[in-house]
Amino acid sequence: MDFIGETIDSIKSIKIRQLLTQAITLGLIVTSALMIWKALICITGSESPVVVVLSESMEPGFQRGDILFLQMTKEPIRAGEIVVFSIDGREIPIVHRAIKVHERGDTKEVDVLTKGDNNDIDDIGLYAEGQLWLNRQHIMGRAVGFLPYVGWVTIIMTEKPFIKYILIGALGLLVLTSKD
Amino acid sequence: MHTFGYRANALLTFAVTALAFICAIASFSDKFSNQNPSAEIQILNINRFQKKSHGNDEVSLTLDIAADLQSLFTWNTKQVFVFIAAEYETPKNALNQVSLWDAIIPTKEHAKFRIQTSNKYRFIDQGHNLRGKDFNLTLHWHVMPKTGKMFADKIVMSGYSLPDAYR
Repeated sequence: MDFIGETIDSIKSIKIRQLLTQAITLGLIVTSALMIWKALICITGSESPVVVVLSESMEPGFQRGDILFLQMTKEPIRAGEIVVFSIDGREIPIVHRAIKVHERGDTKEVDVLTKGDNNDIDDIGLYAEGQLWLNRQHIMGRAVGFLPYVGWVTIIMTEKPFIKYILIGALGLLVLTSKD
Repeated sequence: MHTFGYRANALLTFAVTALAFICAIASFSDKFSNQNPSAEIQILNINRFQKKSHGNDEVSLTLDIAADLQSLFTWNTKQVFVFIAAEYETPKNALNQVSLWDAIIPTKEHAKFRIQTSNKYRFIDQGHNLRGKDFNLTLHWHVMPKTGKMFADKIVMSGYSLPDAYR
């Protein structure tokens, strides 16, 4: 109870100069987070350098809630690599393994077929209608490393939005009431 | 300065930093493992070899696969994904990689194995270039760690060839 009382007291005692400092601090936190994200995009070359696994199609390698780090280099795609691809008409990108690769000699264009380790059949059924192969433009990156469980935070926050608002509210309050 | 919020925050920050550090060290420790996997693949039989109605060659074959991948397992290994790909060159494509068989090895005890199997995925060429074709069979493995960087390597075995006529 003390904690709540103190919090209310400290909100009451806020002065205008202090308020401005805190607003700037808050701005710095937000902008540096944005800078880190954009820097990661530049370094990895992938539009979304970090993704959360949402499906069970790559179990037991990747489980729901694992975080994957992606990289998109100029190196050619090879069989066995775990690639992240998006299909026209599908919003959510898919993380699956390449099982067949055919690369042209002159143009270096590439035809790739993927399959989830935990699926019985390949991905032709997931592709757009009439599409038999993935090409370079469909592929957003390849998975290079991963962290278990951390992605659950985002899964919970997307599925239960009110937890997100409570968390943002609590953090905001903490920043506003801190006296440093 | 010493409110509950501050202490909780400090504890959480320290815990997450320590965890991240441990994960990084665990991933780094994989570099020091001594890896010497071995493999041997034989083609026991060409079951079918046809030109399909859409004009692409298709082969069905039976493989004898013996491999010892035990040295790939460290304390940070969650699983090893192993697959065999037929790799060859055609006038159209500089590289064709067709996965024929794969498996997930969950533990070190399962990492030394010998099986006889027909190809799990269809071996279809983009075109009809497979008659008399020399190709490599490559055993690839991808090590998935409990945490951190994934790594992969392969053993290339050459000297395989397909028959000169369809059957």
